[in-house]
Amino acid sequence: MVGLDPLTEQPGNRMRVFLDFEKAVADLEGKIEVLRHLSTDGDINIVEEVGKLQSKVERQLKNTYQKLSPWQKVQVARHPNRPHFRDVVGNLVSEFTPLAGDRNFGEDKAIVGGIGRFRGFSAVIIGTEKGSSTQERIETNFGMAKPEGYRKARRLMELAERFRLPVLTFIDTAGAYPGIDAEERGQAEAIARSIETCLGLTVPIISTIIGEGGSGGAVALAAADRVLMLEHSIYSVISPEGCASILWRSGEHAKDAAEALRLTAQDLKKMDIIDEIIPEPLGAAHRSRDVALASLGDAVEKALRELVAIDANSLRSRRRDKFLAISKNGSS
Amino acid sequence: MNWITNSVLPKIKALVQPREVPDNFWTKCSNCDEMVFHRQLEQNFQVCSHCDHHMGMDPDARLAMLFDDGQCTKIELPKQTVVDPLKFRDRKRYSDRLKEAQAKTGADDAIMIAHGDLGGMPAVAAVFSFAFMGGSMGVAVGDALLRAAELAVAQKAALIVFPSSGGARMQEGILSLMQMPRTVIATQIVKEADLPYFVVLTNPTTGGVTASFAMLGDIHLAEPGAIIGFAGKRVIEETIREKLPEGFQRAEYLLEHGMVDMVVRRHDLRATLIRLLGLINKPRPTAEVVTMVQPGLEIPAVDKSSSDAGADQPSKT
Ligand SMILES: [Zn+2]
Repeated sequence: MVGLDPLTEQPGNRMRVFLDFEKAVADLEGKIEVLRHLSTDGDINIVEEVGKLQSKVERQLKNTYQKLSPWQKVQVARHPNRPHFRDVVGNLVSEFTPLAGDRNFGEDKAIVGGIGRFRGFSAVIIGTEKGSSTQERIETNFGMAKPEGYRKARRLMELAERFRLPVLTFIDTAGAYPGIDAEERGQAEAIARSIETCLGLTVPIISTIIGEGGSGGAVALAAADRVLMLEHSIYSVISPEGCASILWRSGEHAKDAAEALRLTAQDLKKMDIIDEIIPEPLGAAHRSRDVALASLGDAVEKALRELVAIDANSLRSRRRDKFLAISKNGSS
Repeated sequence: MNWITNSVLPKIKALVQPREVPDNFWTKCSNCDEMVFHRQLEQNFQVCSHCDHHMGMDPDARLAMLFDDGQCTKIELPKQTVVDPLKFRDRKRYSDRLKEAQAKTGADDAIMIAHGDLGGMPAVAAVFSFAFMGGSMGVAVGDALLRAAELAVAQKAALIVFPSSGGARMQEGILSLMQMPRTVIATQIVKEADLPYFVVLTNPTTGGVTASFAMLGDIHLAEPGAIIGFAGKRVIEETIREKLPEGFQRAEYLLEHGMVDMVVRRHDLRATLIRLLGLINKPRPTAEVVTMVQPGLEIPAVDKSSSDAGADQPSKT
């Protein structure tokens, strides 16, 4: 893909970012790093010490990650080293051929879409992309799509329908872009049509929230047969910050809002809003991206194999029934 | 009505401080600050006689001005078994906010559904109540819109929705977001039955409501000056850090940008809806006219001097 900072492309060179609750882990890993520098000749004591520290790191990660608070999950979901859509494509899709433009106004890089081969299946693959380098973040508008992005997504879904290809969407966005130009060109209409198109498909559509599933900008691509979520991703009607500033009249209550909103994959599974939680490796997807992406691939493939066995018309009515069944009781 | 506006009102205004005006007699127009007599407002469909500002309208009044002879049947909304699914609490409990809104409006939730005749044609109306928690959309509203769609299909009626909403009801979390696909399904149900689905966008229509059923009408009408958009003004200003242009997100702005078909004054709304429904529901000439314009038939000679409409114009019966 274009415009990437080559440095951030190399996992070895990626700047490691620790979240504040990962401080203990960061300290331990710092010590390990120092010891490794000391030991150039394989000093047996140092090797032993490093091994001890490493098991400490693992224990620490396990303790931290098995009881993350919703607000901590929000931080993990937004972690800059978390795999993005282009990592999903890079790891899981061969022959990926990006297709550009909404045929009306422009090309929105916040939503990347194209045709490619996923585990043997030709598929239309669409995702929101936040970007990793500064330049890329600007190009992708930090993953916040404008109407032309949703209109491109809609065009690609229609292409999938025409050629009987399944649609795979991957969502990682704070939300649709709130700006004058977006409003001017009908952001609301673009999102509404995208939802309508998802619901009208007679080919399978599988949506996975890989990071942030932010509001209407996320559901625009997630009115799907199956909605999957990575273990530490979030999906919400509004960002905790936005919710806090409206209901608590102060952004400082974001932590409280994160709890009240029930935006974690675990809560959403309990409410039957999503179909499956995809486990992440120890210390979350940003620590072992390839492992996370492999389980993501497995989960999507499993769902896809189930859905391609269902005939076109009942697929659509089942999808509709699934959304109609969502009620306050949570279960269908 | 003009005698009140022109002669009596300024005198009264001069006598009393606006703050002390009992609000059961007068309303201060939020747009022009003029005092408007309540009865006058009622007769003028809650439109300010000074500046034509379209004020908020409660659902009952809207239904009364919509249907033939003000007659319609309200239907019961689907019962909600769970009141506060998330046990949501901000500075207040959601369940308390709900109770307050119910006490204030006398309604169960932020929407009212009714059916009746519109120019003799069957119609189902779904009217939002902005007074009820900002017209926000949670499960109850989504369920109601689905019920309205089913009712329209059962009665072979048009569905006309009047949104007035700040968007999704945050206190229902993801469940409120899920009303976006659910209400889109409601529009599909009506359209698949080949029935008209109209949206009358009223002030304000924003957020998840605009980004779902409200932008999927066969025809979009909007009331003058109504704020219609996706993102709220404050969010946009915080994001782009600049002032928004004059008239931004107003109905007229949406008309200019191709998002609504027309901006219609409240006084003309009913007649416009009836005309549109008639054009859609009765697409063919009546039997008598058909025989007149059937091709191949000898058309009687027309005296050109008395008719400038041409020979193919059906004659008056
Ligand atoms: Zn006025």
